[in-house]
Amino acid sequence: MENIAQIQGLTVLAVGIIFGLGALGTAIGFGILGGRFLEGAARQPELTPMLQTKMFIVAAFVDAVAMIGIGFALFFTFANPFLGAVQGG
Amino acid sequence: MAVENADKVPSANEYIVHHLTFLSNKEAKGIIDFSVINWDSIFFSALLAVLFAGSFYFAARKASRNTLAAPRGFQSFVELLVEFVDNTVKEVFHGTNKLIAPLALTIFVWVFLFNFMDLVPVDLLPSLAAAGGIHYLKVVPTTDVNVTFALALTVFALTIYYSVKMKGLGGFVSEFTHQPFKANNKIVQTLLIPANLLLELVPFLARPISLSLRLFGNLYAGEMIFLLLALLTLSPGLERLTTVGGWLGIFAHFALGMVWAIFHILVITLQAFIFMMLTIIYLSMAHEHH
Repeated sequence: MENIAQIQGLTVLAVGIIFGLGALGTAIGFGILGGRFLEGAARQPELTPMLQTKMFIVAAFVDAVAMIGIGFALFFTFANPFLGAVQGG
Repeated sequence: MAVENADKVPSANEYIVHHLTFLSNKEAKGIIDFSVINWDSIFFSALLAVLFAGSFYFAARKASRNTLAAPRGFQSFVELLVEFVDNTVKEVFHGTNKLIAPLALTIFVWVFLFNFMDLVPVDLLPSLAAAGGIHYLKVVPTTDVNVTFALALTVFALTIYYSVKMKGLGGFVSEFTHQPFKANNKIVQTLLIPANLLLELVPFLARPISLSLRLFGNLYAGEMIFLLLALLTLSPGLERLTTVGGWLGIFAHFALGMVWAIFHILVITLQAFIFMMLTIIYLSMAHEHH
């Protein structure tokens, strides 16, 4: 019983850390990305459409690892393999 | 919600775990079990492929039969998409391979259709299936890691194939052993091979993994949020309509669900576009000589 509680508690902590650090990195990344885009668009407004396309492409990269982390964090929340191992799965 | 004979309202955890279970032929023994087949992912992938290929084929036939008539309706939409993909490929890929643009179009539309299944209400298709005797159904193929890895590994295999075809086997291997550290002395060159291999293999192998997991993570998180929002109105029958809490739940589910669905429209299109873009970029890197 205590094992299960301990695993659940530590899993929740891990999920929180994954979400938090992912959000932190993504927020800073998007801030820098958006700022550079606005600077570039202000310097040369005629390039704005092209820069916007490229910005979306880079945005997906900035997002990527955070999203992978979120996917795994949600997996640990709802189908925790460590819990399954302890419960005799 | 599936209403079976003596069923009570499932708990929140049961509901979510039920909606995260695939319709497979057997239980998986561990994280990697190659004997498990997810029938629902296969069925929806095939169905969407037939839908996409069939409708585009008919539009193409109409276009080639009346080349002088201005396109209208669905045909003009297809032509718009084809032109968009063609321009994107032309910007990035400077070779003469005829496979790249059709592959890019297929990836874009097919992955977009997979992702679009996430906007269908969470309980709609599973309850219809339960009425027909199928008790587990996941309708979004891209929330299945197997599907995203299948797409990414196919692209990976294609990059290896075209690399070897364009540069020869020796050229392909030298890409990993003679970069980024080069030396004129043959002995130093051989000593540098392990360092080069490490520095080149890691990004090379990270590409298909990140390609598939980026798509999977985005769609899994999106589906999970839809499921969590569905918990706000989790009960059969009309009991909810008699309490204030019930009405609050209905209103909140509707409002939040709408907000998230609108944001999700951006996410699904963007992820399909990114997958296509990266496929084109990786394939064009496979074609280039140094």
